[in-house]
Amino acid sequence: MCLSIPSKVVEIDENNMATVDTMGVKRQVTLDLIGEPVEVGEYILIHVGFAMTKICVEEALESIKIYEEIISQMNEGEIDAEEGDMNYASRA
Amino acid sequence: MPQELDLFKAFRNPEHIKAIAKLIKQEAKTKIRMMEVCGGHTHTIMKYGIPQLLPDTIEFVHGPGCPVCIMPKERIDHAYILSQEPDVIMVTLGDMIKVPGSHGSLQNARSKGADVRFVYSPLDVIKIATQNPEKTVIYFAIGFETTTPMSTALVEQTVKLGLKNVLFHINHVTVPEVMQELLESRDEQVDSYNNRIDAFIGPSHVSVITGSKIYEKFVKEYKRPVVVTGFEPVDVMEGVLMIVRQINEKRSDLENQYKRSVTYEGNTTAQTLINKYFDQKDLFKWRGLGNIPKSGLKLRDAYAYLDAEKIYDAVLPKEEIEDHKLCICGDILRGMAKPTECQVFGTACKPSKPIGSCMVSSEGACAAYYKYGGALNK
Repeated sequence: MCLSIPSKVVEIDENNMATVDTMGVKRQVTLDLIGEPVEVGEYILIHVGFAMTKICVEEALESIKIYEEIISQMNEGEIDAEEGDMNYASRA
Repeated sequence: MPQELDLFKAFRNPEHIKAIAKLIKQEAKTKIRMMEVCGGHTHTIMKYGIPQLLPDTIEFVHGPGCPVCIMPKERIDHAYILSQEPDVIMVTLGDMIKVPGSHGSLQNARSKGADVRFVYSPLDVIKIATQNPEKTVIYFAIGFETTTPMSTALVEQTVKLGLKNVLFHINHVTVPEVMQELLESRDEQVDSYNNRIDAFIGPSHVSVITGSKIYEKFVKEYKRPVVVTGFEPVDVMEGVLMIVRQINEKRSDLENQYKRSVTYEGNTTAQTLINKYFDQKDLFKWRGLGNIPKSGLKLRDAYAYLDAEKIYDAVLPKEEIEDHKLCICGDILRGMAKPTECQVFGTACKPSKPIGSCMVSSEGACAAYYKYGGALNK
């Protein structure tokens, strides 16, 4: 039941309520649990009517970039089943 | 800002999944039993058939992170009994609808005429309470740290607005205490502490609220790698890879795969709210695991006047209900057995008629095995 859905903020009213777009569905959530400013166009995680956190787009893009790099290394033969170290930086 | 970021697609991309699977196959040399603590992860692992994509060296131990599953029957009975009280409107989240207690589920109570309402958000309680001033509205609060701040937000609104007809039955539970319990429990087969869990896949949205800092103890004292991991299948694959690398390098570090949403400190606004209204209970009983110290929350004494358990003390039973003798959920949650080893799995115990906690909701290990069983014959 801890599922939470990434949603894009499309409007914020004077009561700190945001209208968000979740895969095309519009709904209202409160931003009261977010301790920092939220702006239209940003992504947030929502859970039972509340925004829990902003989603850091830069971190999401960084992850995607790493996945794409793994694929391109595989396509170029830099990674194969016999190889040990995969030249994939640990993301601690 | 990118033009239109699709946060679903990239983290469900089959090409990404396959690429990481290949890396894991190359690198996973030793046997690793990793526990996904959270039921959301169990669901993802089963739904996407992740065990099939991984080498035999990787074994998932399905943890106790489904708050509906671990709710002892006596507390579900509390909800049922309260719903039968005169002039009571019982309100809870949809997850509780079908969970059976000794008298039946809340859905059964409703079909027999009780006023039971399932809401999308705890804040819906305010509207119900103001529209029904002659009734007492009891909010049956459930969930891990993910959902706790939303219940406290309702407590705060109740106090601020001076609502006289809202009470709370609190069943919030916490993750670090149960993780510790699992590691501290005895393994009678080897007469030692439980050594069946080599590493933890840390919960996604619990960690959004608490921050990854709550797992420090497990990497430092218990020397188990912890990787906080997102809920999408690509996230889970990457989390598994990060654990494989820690084991290979003989490290037990706290790492964060889910950096787009989780920080070390977490949501401090939510944490402050929880601390203001809630306190730890001395004990909370988990279905399948028994009493675990400090693992459940209650209203602070200053707000005890909102506590339905105190107000309705006279009608609420105190006896504990034992788990079914044949149920092995406790062993499953400790990594000592698989659902398929249970005598009643899939026969007497099914999602439509669960005997044990792990069969109660789709996030429980047994229910997931039952539903996606074909994918798990390994």
